[in-house]
Amino acid sequence: MTMPDPVMVAAADEATATKPVGEDIASISRGRLVLRRFLRKRLAVLGLFLVVALFLLAFIGPHLTKWSYESQDFNAYLKPPSPSHWFGTTQIGEDVFAQTMRGMQKSLIIGLLAAFLGTGTAAIVGAFAGYFSGWVDRVLMWMVDLLLVLPGFLIIAILSPSFRGKTWLVFVVLLAAFVWMITARVVRGLTMSLKEREFVQAARFMGVPPTRIIFRHILPSMASLLIIDYTINVGGVILAETGLSFFGFGVQPPDVSLGTLIRDGTRSASTYPWLFQFAGGLLILFVLAVNFVGDGLRDALDPNAQSSRAR
Amino acid sequence: MVKFLLRRLVNYLILVALATSLAYVLAASTLNTRSNYEGRNPPPPPAVVNQTLDELNANDQTPVLQRYARWVNGVVHGNFGKTPVAADGVGAEMKRRVGVSLRLLLLGTIIGSTFGVLAGVISAIRQYRLTDHLITVGSFLLLSTPVFLLANLLKVYSVDFNHAIGHDFLLYTGEKNPTLVGGFADHVIDRIRHLILPTLSIALGQTAFYSRYQRNSMLDVLGSDFLRTAQAKGLRRGQALFKHGLRTALIPMATFFAYNFGLLIVGATFTEKIFTWHGMGEWFVDSVTRHDINAVAAVTLFVAVMVLISGLLSDIAYAALDPRVRIR
Repeated sequence: MTMPDPVMVAAADEATATKPVGEDIASISRGRLVLRRFLRKRLAVLGLFLVVALFLLAFIGPHLTKWSYESQDFNAYLKPPSPSHWFGTTQIGEDVFAQTMRGMQKSLIIGLLAAFLGTGTAAIVGAFAGYFSGWVDRVLMWMVDLLLVLPGFLIIAILSPSFRGKTWLVFVVLLAAFVWMITARVVRGLTMSLKEREFVQAARFMGVPPTRIIFRHILPSMASLLIIDYTINVGGVILAETGLSFFGFGVQPPDVSLGTLIRDGTRSASTYPWLFQFAGGLLILFVLAVNFVGDGLRDALDPNAQSSRAR
Repeated sequence: MVKFLLRRLVNYLILVALATSLAYVLAASTLNTRSNYEGRNPPPPPAVVNQTLDELNANDQTPVLQRYARWVNGVVHGNFGKTPVAADGVGAEMKRRVGVSLRLLLLGTIIGSTFGVLAGVISAIRQYRLTDHLITVGSFLLLSTPVFLLANLLKVYSVDFNHAIGHDFLLYTGEKNPTLVGGFADHVIDRIRHLILPTLSIALGQTAFYSRYQRNSMLDVLGSDFLRTAQAKGLRRGQALFKHGLRTALIPMATFFAYNFGLLIVGATFTEKIFTWHGMGEWFVDSVTRHDINAVAAVTLFVAVMVLISGLLSDIAYAALDPRVRIR
C-alpha cells in the first residue's frame, strides 16, 4: 500500500547524490541546500505546515472543548454541527469533535510508528541481502517475492482475530510487516553498487566487521532515500490502517481510529453526513499533506532526479 | 523469450503454492470456527459440534498440518471443501462470485490504465502549465483518498445527483435489479446504471496512480536524443511523441502494472462491500468474520493466481515493448 514511485526515482541517482561520509562541512552546506530546495516548493511547504497543524490539532484540540470522547450530552442526540458541538453529535449524544480528535491521535501515531518500523526493516533486510549476496541474498529476496504475492491486507485481516483484545501495538507491527518489500529491493540494489565504492572497500580492508560497515557506512549513505521512503510510508500505512479498521479488522474497541469513525459514520452517511465527513476530510487532508511533503523531499534530496525531470 | 517467460511462470507457480499454503495455515490457526457454535441456546452437544467441524475440516482439535494435508489433497482434485453458507461447497460458490469480481477488476484496470496513461502524457507534454498543475493536484487528491471513503462519497453525492435530475438514474445497491422485466436492452441499461458508481470508485484511484508514473517516465523520454532525431528525420512532433516517445515511456508502466494489481484487488474488496456486489472481496470479508477457513483459503488462492497472471502479463508486455529482454 505504499507508493514505490519516489523511491524508485530516487534510487536511480542515490549512489551518485550521496556525500562521502564524515565530511562535516559538506554536510552542513548540503543540509542548507536541501532546505532551500525544499522551501522553494510551495506545495511541499504547505504540506509540511498542514502536517504540523494537524498534529497540533489532534493533541491540543481535545483540551479546547469541554466534551470528552466518552461523555454524552443528553440534550443533543444526532445534532448537526453547532457552537457547542463543533462537529455535531452522534446517536447517543457523544461529541463528534472529541471523538475525531481521539481517532486522529491513534491514526497518526500508528502511521508514524508502523512506517518507521517498515522503513527500518527495508533498510536492514535490503542492506544485508545486498552486502552478503549469495544464499543470504537469495533467501531474503525470496521472502520479499513471497510477501509481494500476498496482499498484506488479506493476511492482516486473517490474523485479526488473534490480536483482538490485545494491544494495538501488535497491529502496528503487522502493518509494518507489509510495507517494506519494495524498498528492500531498492536498498539491496544500492548496497550492491555501494559495496564496490572506495570508502566501503577501505573500511573492509581495515577489518571493520560487516554489520558495522552496513550501519556506519552503507545505510547513512542512502539516508535521503530512506527519509523519502519513510514519508511516503506514513501516508500508505495510515490508508491501510483506516481501511482495515473500516472492516473491523484493525483498531479494536475501546480504541478508535479515523477508520472506525468513518465506518460508524457511513452507516447513515446520506442523512447525517457530519458523522463521517470530518473524519474523512481530515484523513484525506493529512495523507495529501504527507504526499506533498514526500514529493518535495524527493526533489530537494535528489537534485539529479529533479534535473533529469526538468530537462 | 519463451524460455524467459517459462522460467518466470515456474517461479510464480511455486510462489503461489507457497503463499496460499502460508495463508491456509495462518487462517486455520487463527480463525476459530468452533466459536460459531458457542453461545447458542440450547448449546449443541459437543459430539455434534465436533462432527460438523470435522466435515468442514475446521476442527481445532485436529492438528493444523493434518487439516492442511486434507485441504491440499482436496484442492489438487478440484475440491475446495465445504462452507456453512453454501450447500454445494466452496468451489460452486466461487464460480458464482468470480465473474462479479473479474468484471469489476477488468473495467477498473482498463479504464484506469488508459486514462491514467493519457493524463500522464498530457501532463508531461504540458509541463508546468495549468493543465499539468490541475492533473497533478487532482491525482494527488485521489491518491490520498482511500477507496472506502471515495465509494461512500460517491454514494452520498449520487443521492444528491438523482435528486437534482429528479430521477433515480445512478444505482448503488447490487449488480443488477433482480426483479426487472424487459428486453435485452433494458437489462444492459440496468447493468450500466449499477456499474457506473462502483467502477468510478476504483477506476479514479487507478487513473491517478498511473498518471503520476506515466508523467515521470514521459518527462524522462521527452528530453531524449532519439526523439529529436525522429523529428529531425521528418516526423511530425505528434507522430514522434506517440510512435517513439510513448512506446519507450510505457516500459516502466509494465512493472507498475503487476505491482498495482494487488492494490486493485484490495480496493475492489471495499467497492464490493460498500455497493453490495456479491464478489470475491465481499466473500472474503464475510468469511473472515464468520471464521470460514475454506472460503478464506479459496479467496487467497484466487488473489494469488490473479497476481500471478498480472505478473506474467506485465512480463509479456515488458518483452513486447523492450527488445532487449527478448535476447535473453
